Parts: sequence; C-alpha cells; structure tokens
Amino acid sequence: MAIRLRGLSKSFGQVEAVAGVDLEIGDGEFFSMLGPSGSGKTTVLRMIAGFEAPTAGTVELAGQDVTRLAPFERDVNTVFQDYALFPHMSVEQNVAYGLKIRRVPKAERAERAREALASVQLADFGKRRPAQLSGGQRQRVALARALVNRPKVLLLDEPLGALDLKLREQMQVELKALQREVGITFVFVTHDQVEALTMSDRIAVFNRGRIEQVGTPAEVYERPATPFVAGFVGTSNLLTDEGGTYSIRPEKIRLLDEEAPAGTGDDLRTVTGTVAEVVYRGDSTRFLVALDEGGRLTALQQNHETSSEEVAAYRGTRIRLQWHRRHNVIVTTPESPEAPEAPETESTCV
Amino acid sequence: MHLSRPARIALRTAAALGFAVIYVPLLLVLVNSLNADRGFGWPPSSLTFHWWTDAWHSSGARDALWTSVKAGLGATAISLVLGTLIAFAVQRYRFFGREALSFVVVLPIALPGIITGIALNTAFRTVLQPLGVGLGLFTVIVGHATFCIVVVFNNVIARLRRTSGSYEEAAMDLGADTFQVFRDITFPLVRSALLAGGLLAFALSFDEIVVTTFTAGPGVQTLPIWIFSNMARPQQAPVVNVVAAVLILLSVIPIYLAQRLSADTASGGRI
Repeated sequence: MAIRLRGLSKSFGQVEAVAGVDLEIGDGEFFSMLGPSGSGKTTVLRMIAGFEAPTAGTVELAGQDVTRLAPFERDVNTVFQDYALFPHMSVEQNVAYGLKIRRVPKAERAERAREALASVQLADFGKRRPAQLSGGQRQRVALARALVNRPKVLLLDEPLGALDLKLREQMQVELKALQREVGITFVFVTHDQVEALTMSDRIAVFNRGRIEQVGTPAEVYERPATPFVAGFVGTSNLLTDEGGTYSIRPEKIRLLDEEAPAGTGDDLRTVTGTVAEVVYRGDSTRFLVALDEGGRLTALQQNHETSSEEVAAYRGTRIRLQWHRRHNVIVTTPESPEAPEAPETESTCV
Repeated sequence: MHLSRPARIALRTAAALGFAVIYVPLLLVLVNSLNADRGFGWPPSSLTFHWWTDAWHSSGARDALWTSVKAGLGATAISLVLGTLIAFAVQRYRFFGREALSFVVVLPIALPGIITGIALNTAFRTVLQPLGVGLGLFTVIVGHATFCIVVVFNNVIARLRRTSGSYEEAAMDLGADTFQVFRDITFPLVRSALLAGGLLAFALSFDEIVVTTFTAGPGVQTLPIWIFSNMARPQQAPVVNVVAAVLILLSVIPIYLAQRLSADTASGGRI
C-alpha cells in the first residue's frame, strides 16, 4: 500500500475543505483525484505532501505514519500546478536541486540530472533558464525535477491545466507512458474528467470535501454511484420514475422519427418529445429533447451520414428516443432521502 | 495615441522646460565648482581646480562626510533587518492587526520631518538621557531608521508579492529544510530588492537634514548640516559648492543602480 488516508479532515477557519476522507492507493497505481474547484482534492494532495497539517486523521506512506512529518521528511515529490521552477537557477540546477540537498556526489548528480532531462526529451536544455522555456517544456522540467529523486510517490497538482489542448493530449499520453516505465505511484489531481478517464487506473470523485465514489474509469463512468458523479463525469441525463432516479448516457440513446417503426420489448424504454436544441460538433451532434412526460434529455449521435444542414433541420421537430434499460443506472432509489441535484460541471464530456 | 503637430511641439516644450528647471541649477553647481571667481561671476572668467583642492583639505567637510556615511550605513543596516522581517510577516502570515501594521510602518515617511524630529528629540531626552545616552550619532541613526525602514519594506514586500510562495514549497518538497530553503531560494529571490531598498535607504539618510537637526547632539555634524551652516559664509561658499558637486555625482550612482535593480525584476531577471 503506497498511501493510506484515514479520516483525513482539514478546516480553514469555519470552512471545512476536507471532511473525513478514507482512501487507499496501491503501489504503482495511476490514481486520479477528480472534482470541481473547491472540492478538496488539492487540499488532500497538499496534506499527503505535507504542506498542510490535517485537522484530524492520519496520512500513511508505505505503512509509515507521516502525519506529523515536514514535507522534507517525506518520500514524495510534487509537480506543482504553476511548476514552481526556481527562476534564478538553470534547468539543470533545478533538476539537480533535490539531489544536491540529499548530498548526492557531484558527478552522479550531474549524470542523473542529464538522464532525467533526456527522459523528458529536454537533453539539450540544461543550460537554459526556466523563463526561456515554453509552457510544455517547463512542465517537463518540473516532472524531471521530481522524478530524478526516485520518490515512492509522485504527486501531480493539475499539471496539465496551463497547457493548450493539443499539448495537453500529448502530455497525457506521455505521462501515462512515463508512469508505466518508472512504475511508481502517481497521484494526479484534475478537474477534467476526460483526463481522469483517459489516464487513470482508478479515480476518486471528490465533492464538497468528501469522496463520492472510488473506482476504475469504466466503473465511474458507467455505474456512477451518486447523481453528482453521474453529472460530473460525463453528461448526466437524469430521469425519475417509480423505480427511482436513473442516469442514462447520451450516447446510449437512439433517435427515431415519430412515425418510424420502433423496436418493442420490455428491455427497451421509449419516450417522445420535441427537439429543443441541436448542437453540431463536427464528428457528432447533441440533441437536447424536451420530453412530453416532463424533463429534458440529451442524446448524442455520430454524424455518420448526416451533414450540419440536415441535423439543424431537426430543431423543433417531434422525435422519439429509445434505449436499452440495461444502460439505466440507478443513482437514487425512492427510499433514499437524498434528492437528485444537478451538479455544477466545469466542462462536459461526450 | 496620435497627437497633432502643435500639440506635440507644446508638450515637448513643456517637458524640456520642466527638466531645465530641475537640471540647469545642478549643472550650474558643477560648473561653479570650477569657476575661478570666488563670487561665482558669470560667465566664468577662467576654470580652476583650486576649490576642489581646498575642499579636499577642509577637515570640517571631511569629518561631516564621514559622519554622514556612518549614519547612513547604520540606518540602512537597521532598516534592512527590520524592514525585511516586517515585510515577511505581513506577506507570509495572517495575524490580527496585519493591515494596521503595514500602515504604521509606512506612515513615518509621510509625516513631516519636523514632527518626527521634535517627537524623537523629546523622547530621546526623556528616555535616553537619564540612562546616560545623550544625543549623538546613535540617535541620528535611530531617527533616520524610522523612515528608511519604509523603503526597504516597500521594496521587499513588492518582491514577495510577485514571487510565488510555491518556490519555497517546491524546495521543501525536494528535501530542503527551513534554513536551506532560505539560503537557496528565498534569499536569492529577494536579494536584488534588498539591495535596491538598501541603496534608497542610504540615499534618504544621506541627505536628511530636518530630523538630523533635532536628533544630533552639538558635536555631531552630518554633511547636509555642515553645508547648511557654511553656506552663508562667503569665505566657505566655493568649498560648499564643491561638496555639493561631489554629492550630485555620488547620488547618481545609487539611484541608477536602484532603478536598474527594480527594472531587472520587472522583466524577470534576477541579480
């Protein structure tokens, strides 16, 4: 077990940022902490690193209780959101700093720094200052500076947040490959569910200082445990009937013309409505449908053969929606006291 | 912004006039220090280094210069230590009365020198004299430090605001203890701000006259006070003029350096 958190809580004055988090992260796992801003994920990361002292609870690293230890006494390294590269040192000095502090001999230090820079494709950049690098390059230097110390756990605090989309997608792949190669535990904080789904072995979904669900990407996406998870990870379509509240993913819904012959059977659920909005997205189209029985559903269709003009013509037309009941995910049962709520999503995924 | 031709000419003339008012008198001082005529007749009949030699041999001027340097160094040292500590406290920690503290630190520079002078004079005579410490160089240093702290504080806090605290966290994360973080990260990052603040503090102390008058004992004469008391004597006028010329040349250096240090920081460079 690389990390074990027990009853971890943190209050800032009256504000409870983290409210009792229990979590176990295995050796060599790529673990993501996903949640909106202010959900407590970064505070948990900072408590693992030692920058914040918990109000209650314990942090164990590799079986050892480190709750009261200072950051420099813990065998973890952090990649900061703003990279925090020392501006007055060269790239090489930045990378070698941790080794220098640990009194690694000069020759070995230089050698390992060179290797670490080479492993992030920055072998020729050692003499530069951080200010002379692009955002993506700084990101890599920050990675090299942390990994060169061969920590048991690497903590990453929204490390890709400042990069543009193309670079971010490229870094996602590289990070994952790097993690497989070095085999150490990565704890990755992000508010981007696509990022979490793409890279992680397991994900913990945070909301209001608590963990709503821990699971593999598939579990979290396909079997969200709460309405919040259903809404935050992907687009949530919540439907309420006598069986409770369901979530149905937009891509599972088929769109049918009102007159077209529809499949029947107990395993199929069919509803009718009017197309309220059509959002053309290039490869796919999102249809926002106002249901006759009340409520709204989003359905997603690949633009296999339809063009933008054709899909636009659907606006205002009558339509039928159909999906297999096995894709229904119960997020609350009628007995459950918690009312389904629409979570605030920072971005939506399809 | 596009300006019409007449506007451009008018603005340029105004700017030229403004600078002329400031710099022509200074230039005059420099030229007069070489003017052979004791009464500064204009234009100079001939040029001479005679007054410069006189000034060099004037023990009054030299003693005063030395006193000023000691006062300036003392006040700068005190302000560097206290100003830096306060800046760190205000910027890095949250505590009751934080805003009030910053206000109280900055206030002395806005207070009229004569008020500070009278207040310190009374305080020193009431508190220190019974203890056997009379007005002298020490009281001048303390008096100057009250407002020199402000420039150090302002410089350091401006730097700390621009420097992210995560540098220090990053260093700690890489294994550096509190002392190592200060030595390797914090100090190098604020060093040029300290230097700029120190230079300005020294310059402030060096030309101070009002507070000095009230806090210096009878035997202590800083350069500005020496100039002030010798200015009216026709005998000494040329020597005073040379001293003034020297001071003009000397003040250019710290101000130029301080400006470069601050500009450096703005563009991300570090000393």
